[in-house]
Amino acid sequence: MKRFDYVRPATVAEAVAAAAEPGAAYLAGGTNLLDLMKSGAAAPGRLVDVSRLPGLDRIEELPDGGLRIGALVRNADLAHDSDFARRFPAIAEALLSGASAQLRNAATVGGNLLQRTRCAWFADPASACNRRAPGSGCDARGGDSRQQAVLGWNEACVATHPSDFCVPLAALDAVVEIEGRAGRRAVAFEDFHRLPGQTPERETTLAQGELVVALRLPAGAEAFSANARYLKVRERTSFAFAVVSAAAALRLEGGRIAEARLALGGVAAKPWRCPEAEALLAGRPPGPEAFRQAAEAALAEARAPGDNAFKIELARRTAARALTLALAGTPARVPALPASPFAPVPGALVHA
Amino acid sequence: MPEITLTQDPVHLRHGSNIGRPLTRRDGLLKVTGAARYAADNNPKGLLHAVVAVSTVARGRVVALDVEAAMAHPGVVEVMTPANRPALAGDPDAKPNPLVFRLDLLQSDRVRYAGQPIALVVAETLEAATEGAVLLAPRYESEPPAVGLDDGERFVPTAVGPGAPAELRHGDVEAGLAAAAQAIEATYETPPQYHNPMEPHAVVARWDGDRLTLDTPSQAMAMARLRLAALFGIPPENILIRSPFLGGGFGCKGLLSGPQVLGVMAARLVGRPVKLALTRAQLYGPVGHRSPTRQRLRLGADGEGRLTALEHHTLMSSSRFDEFFEPASNASHALYASPAIATLHEAVRLDCGTPMFMRAPGEAPGSAALESAVDEMAEACGLDPLEFRLRNYAEVEPTTGRPFSSKALRECYARGAERFGWERRPLAPRSLRDEHGLLVGWGVGTAIFPALMFEAEARAVIRRDGGGTVEIGACDMGQGAWTALAQIAADAVGLDGERVEFRSGSSDLPDGGIAGGSAHTATAGSAIHSAGAAVVARLAELAMADERSPLFGAGNAGVVARDGRLHRRDDESRSEGYAEILERAGLAEVEARGKGAMDAAAQQRYAMQAHGAVFAEVKVDPDLGQVRVTRLVGAFAAGRIINPRMVVSQYYGGMIWGVSFALHEQAVMDRRSGRPMNADLAGYHIPVNADLPALETILVEEEDPHVNALGIKGVGEIGITGTVGAIANAVWHATGVRVRQFPITLDRLLG
Repeated sequence: MKRFDYVRPATVAEAVAAAAEPGAAYLAGGTNLLDLMKSGAAAPGRLVDVSRLPGLDRIEELPDGGLRIGALVRNADLAHDSDFARRFPAIAEALLSGASAQLRNAATVGGNLLQRTRCAWFADPASACNRRAPGSGCDARGGDSRQQAVLGWNEACVATHPSDFCVPLAALDAVVEIEGRAGRRAVAFEDFHRLPGQTPERETTLAQGELVVALRLPAGAEAFSANARYLKVRERTSFAFAVVSAAAALRLEGGRIAEARLALGGVAAKPWRCPEAEALLAGRPPGPEAFRQAAEAALAEARAPGDNAFKIELARRTAARALTLALAGTPARVPALPASPFAPVPGALVHA
Repeated sequence: MPEITLTQDPVHLRHGSNIGRPLTRRDGLLKVTGAARYAADNNPKGLLHAVVAVSTVARGRVVALDVEAAMAHPGVVEVMTPANRPALAGDPDAKPNPLVFRLDLLQSDRVRYAGQPIALVVAETLEAATEGAVLLAPRYESEPPAVGLDDGERFVPTAVGPGAPAELRHGDVEAGLAAAAQAIEATYETPPQYHNPMEPHAVVARWDGDRLTLDTPSQAMAMARLRLAALFGIPPENILIRSPFLGGGFGCKGLLSGPQVLGVMAARLVGRPVKLALTRAQLYGPVGHRSPTRQRLRLGADGEGRLTALEHHTLMSSSRFDEFFEPASNASHALYASPAIATLHEAVRLDCGTPMFMRAPGEAPGSAALESAVDEMAEACGLDPLEFRLRNYAEVEPTTGRPFSSKALRECYARGAERFGWERRPLAPRSLRDEHGLLVGWGVGTAIFPALMFEAEARAVIRRDGGGTVEIGACDMGQGAWTALAQIAADAVGLDGERVEFRSGSSDLPDGGIAGGSAHTATAGSAIHSAGAAVVARLAELAMADERSPLFGAGNAGVVARDGRLHRRDDESRSEGYAEILERAGLAEVEARGKGAMDAAAQQRYAMQAHGAVFAEVKVDPDLGQVRVTRLVGAFAAGRIINPRMVVSQYYGGMIWGVSFALHEQAVMDRRSGRPMNADLAGYHIPVNADLPALETILVEEEDPHVNALGIKGVGEIGITGTVGAIANAVWHATGVRVRQFPITLDRLLG
């Protein structure tokens, strides 16, 4: 393989300095980056190994009632933290629906946010891909479109963001803490990932060398814990990326929806928050009609780049189902098949 | 394999008859502790690492390779291209017989498919060789490839599969359809599929003058040796192939593949041992695949639900430069009774690697389509699909009228249906739900696979110390040959398992034949049985001719061998131990060889097939279309069972492959480039544990006096057949939607 520098800084400041040059990449769990390096889709000249930086593997209470999750907390550790799972059940469910147990043990919170699209043409150095090689074109256009976007795409790029974890994070207004040479800044989750626009290679708001150091969940996010679910539709029962997924959370008051949250996965280059649907639900009594209308609103702008129009209808149904599951109530335990349509729904017939 | 010590723990061995015992794998401990040495685990002194560079276009020419850049990379020792590859004595494009496939051994700059090896980089480390291959930065002149079944001109191949006629017509199909009370016509499609053994093809090759030693997985070492001998112009005896374990084969390690030979060529070029192991992605091209198929079935039935006609037409593909034609229609030869049966094949040529035998070649896609069509016919007749199958039960082979050597299919249907609870199945589709509102469907499929025999030899020895040795160059690709053949060996020489050294997995042993066609246990087992009988006969001759032996003059009554002693057949109290017989004769040992082969006369007289019935339950989300198989029950009758534990595993494996075929597997081809875009196990889905909640198999007893002396049919592939159709039929029963394109994916069930 290509030779590269490997450095293991002792502090965040050293890490940020070491990664300042173009061609440097951070290495944490390595569950995505190493695959891309093997296929040749990524060829960093320098790996800055942040996996042993001190202080980034903690889950901390914030004075304002929010929660701060260090970027090096492992997916598995976060999902199995019972206090976290109780307060943010949809996030725990999403984490446990992703990848395999072995990968969740290795993957980190920060790395999950930064994982790359699983678009086959992106991963293949012999194909044109504007995201991997700016200006080279997009061979995914005209190829099999099952994994392609139906929202927010353009001719330059039809890729989707693969993360499950990020979908409920988007719904719950998470905040990303970033450290760079200019110091620390906080970015709303909504603004962290970017749609392709004319620069699909710029996938996030991070500048070269900036490091994700933590995630914050605001105090208000916990208010949804009684009615929050993640639902992931996929081509096999486990260990597959979502065809479409949805995170839904409701805050109910006196038989009405006081506040709703909805985000979709597998449909766009970023976790897709659905503010129109949320606005439509606020103040209404929950039920199939409201959920159907919300799902319609969420996909109002959707269009298919290829023969994947089925994903638009599937996304509507997935959104409506996720809302229905949220209304039925968060289960006491994360189901054995997390986020699966085959997870039992006690006492509720939720299907058409 | 002298260096392999298989477990001899007494817990794995029983006294008395060994055949029929559910022994655990003798190599199990080696495998779970990582001590089993696979080809790529070998690291001889002075080893170099080779990496192939493969084509990223499907058709054209390599016009430039930056050999200089690769050679300049630290650690790179040599770059092998068409310009400097060692001369070969045999032409890799020669086709002396249909089972010799054309190999890409850098014979020219021509690119015939995506993934074709176009150069090879040899280096001191795997990393250096890998980067060297990248630095070659090949440039191509490419032409638009033919990728799908509609891209080529159709023709009728001269033969399909291993040499079967492409067309067979029995009776008058058109008349049968015209006379039918109900008729259906339906077209089913199956995608290109890749074998994906867990262990990618690997070779560690060493030359010593004109002698070649290689560690490489092979399902047929003797054939591989002949091919290498012809290619390199050396006597086969100069070649030693060691293949004690294969991490799966499924047909793609049946015949030597191009990359395995390239490793040998590289070792010759650099004069040092070379290791070459393909990556997962590199398995998608030069080592075979299953062709896509488009199968049109036309069926007619009379007012009683009895078939009046069955026509099965398959369109499939081969490569542009060689011939393997998936014989899918032949799945309809021997299963359902019909006065008129036609099985037809047409092919197109595509710019792909040559397709190859892949687990249940022909039968797997053929059964998927046939069992779906039979279900559609039953529906048209308003009959329960199991009842319809029973009404069309073939008492004799329909196309020839030959009796079956044995056929316990009725028992399979009955036992499977009872276990599954089939009698509670409502006729109408979309009428079952579970307590959570998921759609539930039940389906059935009939399993069938021919009972084949190839040829093999074995050698048996009985020693004066009372022990024995049995040798055969057989192949354990995970199916359990180390165990099942050792059981046969122990019985063959009349010894307890722990007294018999069973040697296998190496080409310097007698030719064990090919581990394919579900025929390895039958063929190799027959050779062992025959060698054992022969060595026991020599011992008996010694005893019966010696007046000091209690067996003297046993003559026509004969003897039986058991527990290390020969007993008079007519008076078991008169017996003598092997050691005593040899001691008195002054011999250290006696040895004999035996052969296993099909009995041509019996093959002419009888149709020989293993059968089974598979029942599937699926659940489908009515809104989201996601499918899950929740129960599978398979009842199979396959003659004598040597080791029920291994056989159940084989059936499980086949049924899981069926789940994969029905719901998961497909190579997603880029129609423009001719490249598979999901050439890894993240994208090329096979089932995970969560996809297989409950599997059950029933071993239905069957005695077959005709297939071979041991009464063995095969069990390796039959589990796939029946299962795919059962699942597809269950999906229809759950949803009312008949998906005729495999794999059945959720988008087709959204409504």
